[in-house]
Amino acid sequence: MDEKRRDFLKITGACVLGVSLLPVLKASAAKQVAEKAEKGPAYKTNPKALHGKRWAMVVDVKRCQEQNKKGECRKCIEACHSLHNVPTIPNEKEIKWIWKDNFEHAFPGTAHEYVPEELKEGPFILLCNHCSNPACVRVCPTKATFQRADGIVMMDHHRCIGCRYCMAGCPFGARSFNWYDPKRYLSQFNYDYPIRRRGVVEKCTFCDERLAEGLLPACVEACPAKALIFGDLDDPSSEVRRILSKRLSLRRKLEVGTQPNVYYLV
Amino acid sequence: MKIYDAKPILIGLVIFIGFVSLPFWLNGGKASPPPDPKLDTPAIQILEKKECVASKDYMRKSHMVVLNDWRTQAVRNAKRYYVTAGGTTYPASLQRACMRCHSNKAQFCDTCHNYIGLAPYCWDCHLPPKQETAQATKK
Repeated sequence: MDEKRRDFLKITGACVLGVSLLPVLKASAAKQVAEKAEKGPAYKTNPKALHGKRWAMVVDVKRCQEQNKKGECRKCIEACHSLHNVPTIPNEKEIKWIWKDNFEHAFPGTAHEYVPEELKEGPFILLCNHCSNPACVRVCPTKATFQRADGIVMMDHHRCIGCRYCMAGCPFGARSFNWYDPKRYLSQFNYDYPIRRRGVVEKCTFCDERLAEGLLPACVEACPAKALIFGDLDDPSSEVRRILSKRLSLRRKLEVGTQPNVYYLV
Repeated sequence: MKIYDAKPILIGLVIFIGFVSLPFWLNGGKASPPPDPKLDTPAIQILEKKECVASKDYMRKSHMVVLNDWRTQAVRNAKRYYVTAGGTTYPASLQRACMRCHSNKAQFCDTCHNYIGLAPYCWDCHLPPKQETAQATKK
């Protein structure tokens, strides 16, 4: 009987010791992993990379209109499309990452015949809304399109099978299908960025490759009127939050419930 | 044992076997030259330490595994840089890392791929350096 009690106490002691040693072991293991990451082989990000929790864009329509009064401005579109090797296809099978449209097309349901005359023609700069509840991601059967932790709705063209469910799912028409080999419709190439192949869907990625290097999206940088503002909605001190808290903004097709992250100041 | 219509059947059989084995007769005895990937691009020549992201043996057998891992890390995990075992950092990118040194796709990648009759679809989207893309589009 006594013997058994002794054994029980020994085992209990050993267990307590083991449990109390666990954090120490974990810490040293984490240190080893960190040291290994220093030396490699390992993957890492650029230390300058921009990190956010919910990337968003604010489009100041008034500023964009004023710039367009001086002459038609397509700087954001050109910057994006030349950087990302987006082909110019002159028919309805076009590819677009960022484009212009009028009020009625940008905000169907919101538009009525008494909308201020100066707003009717816009132009409204339209692009992928990087929704918080993206319909395209829900319907993608291969997870070729997915939502990153920072809110960006990404495309992995390696996995895209071209079923176009995402295009049916997207209420904003922000996705384009490659009906042709895009090489034929590109006059010049950016050799630091891939093109796409026939049979995949593509769209704006909020310039994830530029954010990874610590740069703002190409359209934001190219806009001469500073009408595009990019930032993290999760950060209360960010410029997008400051602007949105001061001025009334619109979002496209809120009624479909995808929670778009592109805001329009009108 | 008797074969009915033996004569035409045997003649037909000989012609058939001869036709099917034609490639062996035509190329018999001639070994096609083994691939000889060229490493003498200007970018490699100015390197002090001629070293790839992993050992030559590993890269020869498993470069596709490296590229797959790079793809996953860059696209899905947003980790766009790779630190080699030696401690050098490269962008995890076919166009921004591999092709910077191996700028001679036709003399490097294609030699082995053509030898084993392989057409990797990397090149559907990823652009080889400028002069080679220009040539490919002309064709």
